[in-house]
Amino acid sequence: MSKSPLPGRPETVYYFPTCLIDLFYPEAGMAGIELLQRAGTKVVMPTKQSCCGQPARNCGYYEEARAVARAQLAAFPNDWPIVVPSGSCAGMMKKHYPELFAGTPELPKIQAFCDRVFELTWFLVHKMDIKLVDKGEPIKVTWHGSCHSMREMGVIEEPKDLLRSLSNVTLLEAEHEKECCGFGGTFSVRLPEVSAAMVTDKVGSIVATGATEVVSGDMGCMMNISGAMKKAKAPVRGRHIAEFLLERIGKGDA
Amino acid sequence: MPELSHDFEHAAVEALGNKQLRTNLRRVMTGLINKRAAQFPDFDELQALRTRGAAIKDRALAKLPDLLVQLEQNLIAKGFHVHWAQSVEEGNKIILDILKKANARSIIKGKSMVSEEMHFNHFLEENGVKALESDLGEYIIQLAGETPSHIVMPAIHKNKDQIGKLFQEKIDGQPYTEDPDELTAAARRVLRQLFASADCGFSGVNFAAADTGTLVLISNEGNGRMSTHLPSMHIALMGIEKCIERLEDVGPLISLACRSATGQPITTYVNMISGPRKSNEKDGPKEVHLVLLDNGRTKIYQDPELREGLRCIRCAACMNHCPVYTRIGGHAYQYTYPGPIGEVLNPQMQGIEKAGDVLHASSLCGRCSEVCPVKIPLADLIVRLRREAIRPAADAVKGGGSRKSNMEDVIWFGWKTMYASPLLYRWGTWWLRKIGNFMPAGIPLLKQWTSVRSKPQFASRSIYDLARERGIRDE
Repeated sequence: MSKSPLPGRPETVYYFPTCLIDLFYPEAGMAGIELLQRAGTKVVMPTKQSCCGQPARNCGYYEEARAVARAQLAAFPNDWPIVVPSGSCAGMMKKHYPELFAGTPELPKIQAFCDRVFELTWFLVHKMDIKLVDKGEPIKVTWHGSCHSMREMGVIEEPKDLLRSLSNVTLLEAEHEKECCGFGGTFSVRLPEVSAAMVTDKVGSIVATGATEVVSGDMGCMMNISGAMKKAKAPVRGRHIAEFLLERIGKGDA
Repeated sequence: MPELSHDFEHAAVEALGNKQLRTNLRRVMTGLINKRAAQFPDFDELQALRTRGAAIKDRALAKLPDLLVQLEQNLIAKGFHVHWAQSVEEGNKIILDILKKANARSIIKGKSMVSEEMHFNHFLEENGVKALESDLGEYIIQLAGETPSHIVMPAIHKNKDQIGKLFQEKIDGQPYTEDPDELTAAARRVLRQLFASADCGFSGVNFAAADTGTLVLISNEGNGRMSTHLPSMHIALMGIEKCIERLEDVGPLISLACRSATGQPITTYVNMISGPRKSNEKDGPKEVHLVLLDNGRTKIYQDPELREGLRCIRCAACMNHCPVYTRIGGHAYQYTYPGPIGEVLNPQMQGIEKAGDVLHASSLCGRCSEVCPVKIPLADLIVRLRREAIRPAADAVKGGGSRKSNMEDVIWFGWKTMYASPLLYRWGTWWLRKIGNFMPAGIPLLKQWTSVRSKPQFASRSIYDLARERGIRDE
């Protein structure tokens, strides 16, 4: 793994850890920062950021979502790439900010911001050309791609390619891998019975792979899936892919 | 103010408890997903075709008022009778009058979802006309006294075993069997007699080409051709959005519809209906009518964003791929159209106060938008309608604003205040970390969450504090 910036590699990036990671999974967020640093870029994480605004937008509260979006814009003044360890929050900013501000004079500024937003694994693969050396014991894992990561950010193979590049990791595909886990933010509490049925099926298909870990690029999904696995006492651990990758290549090793 | 319906939510929970239904749906939907995927091995070809399909429908919608006039003129020139119905009631009355005038007492029907919008069979029965469904799936649910649970495969919620029992009970002399060929043969015996004896044939329309005055009907069972061909009169029914500009537009749309719907390159039958029997012809109906129904479509048409929903070619790929539909089936959706397209159409046709609870039947996973052959941004339209439900744009949707809740307004105001202010965010999340883990699992929202999940644990430290300690720059 190279530490000096290569041509085309950004020297400095912004990091948007997301409010969910800040509140529940800060170590997953820190792992993303360490991966970026070890791939050879400086990471700046402004403290004036909060949330992408997706919950309000999804519920139809556009004005509230716009107010929060404006606050994020103000937190990232330089023109560095903004790397997000969540396809869902990245998708909100990249795809839905322009729709929220359509027809307003703010749109050009918003669009310039959106163009700088990247999902973490995509960024590591395509912008940082990260190379991983597996130092871990043999392990079987399965992958859960988040819906917004796949369908809004177009990130489908990148995280799986990273997992496949690890020599001691066997990646197993779960049945219905591309189906939603049932989280959907407020969906999980507005239609809780259907959401529960979805996550129960998801856990079933993960357990059936025989993997001992499930990794994902989105902690929203992971909170849902891990929570259901824990309640069902399923013998599978759930983690953010950044945390998993960092452990494999040796946390703190240079 | 009219009472807000929560019928969908209740029905969804009830349907979830039906294990047989869930098993049937999962099996069939997985099969349909795989068959569709096999039809589109080339991602780029699929995207190019979707773009083309969407453009054809957009072009037609952009000129729709003119095209409808052109369609009517060309149809009349070919000997069709053309009727316009603004409402369901008007549509039913027009058709009943046609039947009365011809002294028709029985009709044999091909599949038509628009007739479901009109509760047409029920209306005819009340008025002494017998309508028999000739599509196998429709025939099955008519025997069972049910409505379609899927727009392409109306009896998809039933398995062979259930159909075997139904036929044994309802068809004279029919022994119990689970063999699909024998079941189909049994239905065929009943239907064959009626094709020959019915006073009137009836069908839907998949596409109506304005430039030639041609009604296009795709079907797999041959019943579409029999219903429109054998009886001496044929009545076709279509929503006004089915009109396309040119006959040559049909090719790409059929390819998209068939591959997306059932994973077939093309249906077994493609009927091009171009008028009644001519003097030198030996067969075909002597009289052909087309009824064009609005039923809220003109209102949808007024809004440029919502209009995108009118591109729909009724392939059902959105429901086949929907994780919610797959678990509850179509009946829970209450109105004619289930799945994502139903979430978009039903609240607009019925009004948000009546059908708006279905707007929360989506996790916004976006799989519907991804597979839609005419690129309807279904997930985005669902969000748009959620907004209409609470903060309506000037009269865009019937019942707009009817689901506004003061409590929810307050919650989102509080949320915005905290998340738009860096200071309040740090302060608010500091408190959440301090007290969050002491919240009892029985409080609202957490109670629903913990029904099948453990309680999420707030971290003791903020990522911003951890980062500062580890020397990460913050500006």
